Amino acid sequence: MSKYTEDDLREELKTKEYEYGFYTDIESETFKKGLNEDVVRAISKKKNEPQWMTDWRLEAFRVWEQMEEPNWANVTYKKPNFQEIAYYSAPKPKKKLDSLDEVDPDLLETFKKLGISLEEQKRLANVAVDIVVDSVSVATTFKKTLGEKGIIFMPISEAIQEHPELVRKHLGTVVPTTDNFYAALNSAVFSDGSFCYIPKGVRCPMELSTYFRINEGGTGQFERTLVVADKGSYVSYLEGCTAPARDENQLHAAVVELIALDDAEIKYSTVQNWYPGDAEGSGGVFNFVTKRALCETNAKVSWTQVETGSAITWKYPSCILKGNNSVGEFYSIAVTNNYQQADTGTKMIHLGKNTKSTIISKGISAGKSQNSYRGLVHIGARAENARNFSQCDSLLMGNECGAHTFPYIETKNSSAQIEHEATTSKIGEEQLFYCNQRGIDTEKAIALIVNGFSKEVLNKLPMEFAVEAQKLLEISLEGSVG
Amino acid sequence: MLKIENLHASVEDRAILKGINLEVKPGEVHAIMGPNGAGKSTMASVIAGNESYEMTEGVIELEGVDLADLAPEERAHQGVFLSFQYPVEIPGVSVTNFIKTAINENRKAKGLGDMPAKDLLKKIREKSALLEIDRKFLSRSLNEGFSGGEKKRNEIFQMAMLEPKLAILDETDSGLDIDALRIVASGVNKLKSKDNAVIIITHYQRLLDYIKPDFVHVLYDGKIVKSGDASLALELEEKGYDWIKELV
Ligand SMILES: Nc1ncnc2c1ncn2[C@@H]1O[C@H](COP(=O)(O)OP(=O)(O)O)[C@@H](O)[C@H]1O
Ligand SMILES: [Mg+2]
Repeated sequence: MSKYTEDDLREELKTKEYEYGFYTDIESETFKKGLNEDVVRAISKKKNEPQWMTDWRLEAFRVWEQMEEPNWANVTYKKPNFQEIAYYSAPKPKKKLDSLDEVDPDLLETFKKLGISLEEQKRLANVAVDIVVDSVSVATTFKKTLGEKGIIFMPISEAIQEHPELVRKHLGTVVPTTDNFYAALNSAVFSDGSFCYIPKGVRCPMELSTYFRINEGGTGQFERTLVVADKGSYVSYLEGCTAPARDENQLHAAVVELIALDDAEIKYSTVQNWYPGDAEGSGGVFNFVTKRALCETNAKVSWTQVETGSAITWKYPSCILKGNNSVGEFYSIAVTNNYQQADTGTKMIHLGKNTKSTIISKGISAGKSQNSYRGLVHIGARAENARNFSQCDSLLMGNECGAHTFPYIETKNSSAQIEHEATTSKIGEEQLFYCNQRGIDTEKAIALIVNGFSKEVLNKLPMEFAVEAQKLLEISLEGSVG
Repeated sequence: MLKIENLHASVEDRAILKGINLEVKPGEVHAIMGPNGAGKSTMASVIAGNESYEMTEGVIELEGVDLADLAPEERAHQGVFLSFQYPVEIPGVSVTNFIKTAINENRKAKGLGDMPAKDLLKKIREKSALLEIDRKFLSRSLNEGFSGGEKKRNEIFQMAMLEPKLAILDETDSGLDIDALRIVASGVNKLKSKDNAVIIITHYQRLLDYIKPDFVHVLYDGKIVKSGDASLALELEEKGYDWIKELV
């Protein structure tokens, strides 16, 4: 009988195919490659945008032109040629459908492969999706419920038309166009995204989800999301991407802005599963995301993310704790395998008094991958009694991968209490043998150990998302044994 | 039930087991005794299929099934259970979740579906009562922060849940205080039947006061150098292992 070694384990992990790597052939309309002011204008025109929006994009473009791509992250890659990218792609409009039978069979197939049948989706009545491909009735029901409460949830391109004052007031206030290279680029060329507004004192009665928007061409590449929770409101927002692998957009640079006004709470959960590239490290999405939240007095924002995809991930969902007593939370699981590289973490900027932040980061590395946590806890001079707790755990599989932790702390107020804990562990052969001895095969054992390791974060996800996330973790790490 | 013939095993090219012969029939209790480093745990690991050890020669059969070519989980599916001398920790995985997974994986191997939650709960209640385990304990992470005694009791709880044909208890008595020892021993006695068998590895007589062995074997330097009935254990207790060295 052959010995099962770390090498075998590594071998197995490599042979895992990208299981969601199918794609749906939806006809789309694409611009010529390259980027200049005319392209920015054309995008804006295509979307029929008001002049202020066009100007806003142009300003961002001019800033971007002067900027350099950052290279401080612990990732190495060949820098994209920004003139080799097509900056606009929209699916050709399709005619309205009357019944399920008329739905594109390819699309139905996609849903099936995702393991979520349309029927099942309908039953998940708690989830409102802004584009439900199949059934008009479900979408209308959701729209009605949301509408009665005054909640606005729609593609940002529509919001620019229908609620220009709201969008104009908030867009770019948390992530200014000048913030960083990718944010500037996104501001200039963003294709679409979601807009959400919860009125004063309203508790959004369902999880808002963009789950099914993924297959819509063009929304993925430069997505722009803006969520505004007015005073005393609450919303839980899910951003899911068990995306088709065959994504021609190698570069993704999304921007997400969250605004939690006084006493409001926003929960923002992400599952990211962009194509990670093959076992040799070729292909794969470069994911450079800017996500930031602004918390006013007594407001609370929680970021929860499960990152299993992309060849390169550069992502630091952050909270600006501007108001007194505001709370920021960051719960993250980042999985890297093969040649994937992730540099992810958070920034907690404490400006108000009695502000509190919690950071729980779980990094899982396998193959030849590199997984870095980068976090900043900043305590401003006026942030009396600010508190932070950070915990960064790394789990290694095999000997060729790496886990790195870069915690930065800046304190300008001596009343701050900051705690940082970090651990690194390895899935050991002893653990695997123990599970095997109880009748659990290695594949299942790895899933069990990884789920146990990630539990604190998985528990923060809404139920139906947690199940999906767990499935993704298993898919990203298991090889088919034998 | 279990037949071991001329078993040789080595680790990193160093021979540890040097020709072991052992036959265990259904309903029997065998005790393996011997000084530290004799190879007792190695023998248990090799039977269970731990791939850190290379089986270089010999036969291991369970009810006529050749175990040598089976993966550890397949041996478990055949009914082999090992209570570990040093159980490992699995952070974040509760005892309940672990045992549920184990039971369902064993059922899957037999072509059965998952055990219905109701039945599982009933079984957990029954077996934790048998071993006087506080059910709060079952929601803790597997072996994480457990005392030595808790770890051992948890091993026997798993054995009770999985109902193996052959249970090998590797130094289950170490780490148990006298009350816990009595509880665990009485649990093992209640789980015993004419259809299953137990191998108890220990180097003290203590546990054998509670679980009466039908046979006692002395393992020394990778070989069984003496076998006898329960009285051999008492003799060893009295004369010590130096007496065995003289026999070799
Ligand atoms: N994984 C291993 N690697 C190296 N040596 C080992 C390993 N396991 C056991 N040994 C050696 O094999 C011998 C027998 O050990 P063990 O079976 O644990 O003895 P016992 O359980 O009888 O005390 C000891 O010399 C021990 O050091
Ligand atoms: Mg031992």
